[in-house]
Amino acid sequence: MTTQSLPQFGRSNGSSPSAIPAVEARSLTKRFGTNLAVDNIDLTVMEGEIFGVLGPNGAGKTTVLNMLATLLPIDGGEARIFGYDVRSQGHAVRQLIGVTGQFASVDENLTGRENLWMFGRLQGLSSKRAHSIADDLLAQFDLTEAAHRPISQFSGGMRRRLDLAASLITRPALIFLDEPTTGLDPRNRNQMWDTIRDLVAQGSTILLTTQYLDEADALAGRVAVIDRGRKVAEGTPGQLKTQIGTSSLRVQMSEAANTGAAVALAADLTSDTPVVSPTGSGFSVKLSDANQAADVLIALRNHGLDITNATVEQPSLDDVFFTLTGHESETPIPETEANKS
Amino acid sequence: MTAAITVPTTSSRPTARTVQTSVPVRDALRQITTLAWRALVKMRRNPEQLVDVTFMPVLFTVMFGLMFGGAISGSTAHYLPILIPGIIAMTTVTSCLAAGVQIREDMDKGVFDRFRSLPIARIAPLAGPMMADLARYAIASSVTITVGVIMGYRPGGGVLGVAAGIVLAVILGWSLAWIFLWIGTSARSVGAVQGMSMMVMFPLAFLSNAFVPVDTLPGWLQAVTRVNPVSHVISALRDLMNNRALTAQVGWALLGCVAVAAIFIPLAVRSYSRRI
Repeated sequence: MTTQSLPQFGRSNGSSPSAIPAVEARSLTKRFGTNLAVDNIDLTVMEGEIFGVLGPNGAGKTTVLNMLATLLPIDGGEARIFGYDVRSQGHAVRQLIGVTGQFASVDENLTGRENLWMFGRLQGLSSKRAHSIADDLLAQFDLTEAAHRPISQFSGGMRRRLDLAASLITRPALIFLDEPTTGLDPRNRNQMWDTIRDLVAQGSTILLTTQYLDEADALAGRVAVIDRGRKVAEGTPGQLKTQIGTSSLRVQMSEAANTGAAVALAADLTSDTPVVSPTGSGFSVKLSDANQAADVLIALRNHGLDITNATVEQPSLDDVFFTLTGHESETPIPETEANKS
Repeated sequence: MTAAITVPTTSSRPTARTVQTSVPVRDALRQITTLAWRALVKMRRNPEQLVDVTFMPVLFTVMFGLMFGGAISGSTAHYLPILIPGIIAMTTVTSCLAAGVQIREDMDKGVFDRFRSLPIARIAPLAGPMMADLARYAIASSVTITVGVIMGYRPGGGVLGVAAGIVLAVILGWSLAWIFLWIGTSARSVGAVQGMSMMVMFPLAFLSNAFVPVDTLPGWLQAVTRVNPVSHVISALRDLMNNRALTAQVGWALLGCVAVAAIFIPLAVRSYSRRI
């Protein structure tokens, strides 16, 4: 909206990082009928950090985000974005945020370039400037070839990238990302992670939701775990993981006949009962300490039991939920979008 | 996408210190025209959306002209000066019904969430498509007049009278569309919008002086047709197109349109802003 000189945002402008948090929510509450979708959640996100909201489908993550982004009325509690009240100063808040939802919010009747141009115009850029920023963003998100194609011909990954590009036109200080990698293939997922880190390196603050513990681990400085509308834990990913404890070792034997002997060895060395894989050609065992993985592998080696593969696996989101809430998360079914890029 | 993306550092970035508290009028106008452009592109790429302003008026004019002409005015030729302004008003009312359905469909799509997350005037996503729809009303009126002329209608008001008539029809369409936009933003589904819009559309179009002389109606129905702004628009259209006369009816018609807009613009904007 503004074409005034651009004060450098974040750390680079000499002044100390402002004491005003990017997001400050107190007792945030949302009811849908009798269902308490969000129940008394407190969140504080400082300028320049990546904050992750972790939880299964239906936990209330998107609802929290939509309330903070002025898209849903707040039923109880209060929220401030850079000090502006979300309820009473929505217009100010909207000038500071960019929102990328779970489902691409671009216009299907327009081409990629037309979409970016339109969002640029809506936010006060001249037509020429909107075109040049659209072209820059298309190039940077590897969409130049598809620039003149209608969105209906875009793959899921391309839509997601265009959607994020559309949120970055005015370089918002705070970016909300709702499950940015759900449905992306591993390559696109890693690229999205790099993009997110790059945005933060340039001074943006990011609040993202995710169903994946490894994603929160890879990106977020701090994480809040949400379950059934409540915050059940908050801390750095490291703190959460120590709270949850165990990883597990999964071993694939080169000869299935050796599995029995290997399982016996593993059982001796760990305090867990190994689980034989359905095909009988390997097993997995929970570790109370990651160093036990080496103990097991050395023992296998010493006994001449050859393996073809061994992996140490992080606790899954299910483990997190089981430990924190005492019940399983309803297993999320990630939609698989075809990704041609 | 090659490795990490470097975001252009060229664009301005609002910070907590440079926000505006409201949208300046100039910005709001640019937002409205940008969204009108979007609606026009959509119209051009989905030409089937123009059926109600092209084929429908042809059908109505031919059908009503041949069916009622003899019964009401003795012959089709005598009936046309009464009928054509009526058909113009009726097709305008039916074509602004689409505004509500369109906005409902749009609001169910992701792009409207983005509009709502942007610092733009709350009225822009409604007023933009409304601006583009002006073209639809102009098309509907022009098609009706053309068919009428082919059937033998010779407007006494000449080019000027007819042009004034088209302008009035466009104003009528724009103001009545806010009623349907209000229905579109408050109803829960496209089906509900359609049903409710029909209930509003039929009385507006038919409880008027569009097709029959009002003095043949029972007294209470005459009263209803008299408060219907569409009746005044039709009378004004007849005065302008047949006689090139700037009568009091033109004033009443404009006043009716302004009143409808003044009531329904705030209602539509309010229910749009509240919408999840």
